[in-house]
Amino acid sequence: MSAADLLVVRGLVAGYGAAPVLRAVDLTVPAGTIAAVVGANGAGKTTLLRALSGMIRPSAGQVVLAGEDLGGTPVEQLVRRGMAHVPEGRGVISELTVDENLRLGGLWRRDRADAGRALDEVYQLFEPLARRRRHLGHQLSGGERQMLALGRALVGRPRLLLLDEPSLGLAPRVVARTMALLRHLRDRTGLTVLLVEQNVRSALAVADQGVVMSLGQVVIAAPAATLRDDDDLRHAYLGF
Amino acid sequence: MDRFVFLTVDGLSRGAVYAAFALALVLIWRAARVVNFAQGAMAVAAAYVAYSVSAATGSYWLGFLVAIVAGLLLGALVDRVVMRHVDHASPLNPVIVALGLVLVLQAVLGMVYGNEFRPADVPFSRSALTVGGVAVLSPYDLFVFATIGVVVCALAWMFARTAVGLRMRAAAFAPEVSRLLGVNVGGMLTLGWALASGVGALAAMLVIPTELGLHPHAMDLVFVSAFTAAVVGGLDSPLGAVVGGLVVGLLLSYVSGYAGSDLTPLAVLVLLLAVLLVRPGGLFAPVAARRV
Repeated sequence: MSAADLLVVRGLVAGYGAAPVLRAVDLTVPAGTIAAVVGANGAGKTTLLRALSGMIRPSAGQVVLAGEDLGGTPVEQLVRRGMAHVPEGRGVISELTVDENLRLGGLWRRDRADAGRALDEVYQLFEPLARRRRHLGHQLSGGERQMLALGRALVGRPRLLLLDEPSLGLAPRVVARTMALLRHLRDRTGLTVLLVEQNVRSALAVADQGVVMSLGQVVIAAPAATLRDDDDLRHAYLGF
Repeated sequence: MDRFVFLTVDGLSRGAVYAAFALALVLIWRAARVVNFAQGAMAVAAAYVAYSVSAATGSYWLGFLVAIVAGLLLGALVDRVVMRHVDHASPLNPVIVALGLVLVLQAVLGMVYGNEFRPADVPFSRSALTVGGVAVLSPYDLFVFATIGVVVCALAWMFARTAVGLRMRAAAFAPEVSRLLGVNVGGMLTLGWALASGVGALAAMLVIPTELGLHPHAMDLVFVSAFTAAVVGGLDSPLGAVVGGLVVGLLLSYVSGYAGSDLTPLAVLVLLLAVLLVRPGGLFAPVAARRV
């Protein structure tokens, strides 16, 4: 492992009940890059994210974030280590307002002044949210929920952002905007992103690294451009 | 007319206590999805602690303070030691455990203090002041209104305006997401139990002197009325609990004043039944948000 690797996963085994969904996953994400995990339904992509953020306890293996072993760290402590997880379905709290959802993302921070600055930055980044501060979560459109979930994660100024299916249920235009935003954040703030996607084309278009999962294992990890442009590889691993 | 004014004021004063007690039920329901049937017994236990302290020191106010602190601690203890370990897969499980807790608490209180009514002190006179020849309300009624008003406003402010209130609401609505955002969900749950139990203890301190006195079963009927108030308001609505409490207080006062006090327990149950039949979600049930 090099010093520039923000996330290193070794031999991660996890699942629900007796049968493991993840069978010895190895993965490395360098700092300031975007990694896209793709693969068929049931390959274990969402389970991988849930195991990384501690929502399910891995039964074996190691997760190292910025040189620090995360083994046994309670879920609510992970934001303090710099990991933000936007879960499947985005997790906007419908009963809270836009402003409350966003502030919640920075409540854990000791540096209140910077938490306030981060909140202002998110409102500048997502202009539509600033106009709907007092609206409840359930009054938002799908695209606005996406912004809210992303913005709420960014208020915590994470080093690593885990994104589960950001394109799910969104119009192609909104997906393109989201992907462009991720690249912008990577270039401007050095954010590291691990995203899981069904939408292989748009995921590989934005990512630096493509990770293909099948039946709970990583079958290939390669530069996204290689996976995208090499016809043989694409046929073999992605089936198109 | 005089009688109507008297019954109205008396009903509101009683209703304020029901409102506080119903609010405590709503707090726990929102945080843990448990109707805390042990709340009456827990509140009485806190009141007995206050009684002991007041008897030893001769100070009503010290006892009053101790009751609230004891209520807070007992709530946290019940959550950590009992409720946290109950399997919530069936909604009946926590209810049965809570009823078991009632039996334990009442038995222990009976053994320690005896199953007899003990007179409870009041800090202010309970004889009504007269305004223009009409007996309106007593200094003690004013004390009850003021105390409950302050507590309700403080809770409303805490939930709506403070960081810990935001954490508590988030933890109740979406525990998993809240944990991902760094909220200590277990701690918020314990805090919810403590606050609710503290409010319950306060309500017990206010209402027990106006009834027969301190007894292990002193809050049983108050619990039934407060539970009805919470259901009338909708178990999810703090505002509904307060309004429901006042409505139940007024109803009981009018029924007992105009139709005879024998009928009041019946009136509560009729109201409960009517609300459950007509609007099972309660009068203040929010229109369910459509989840996508």
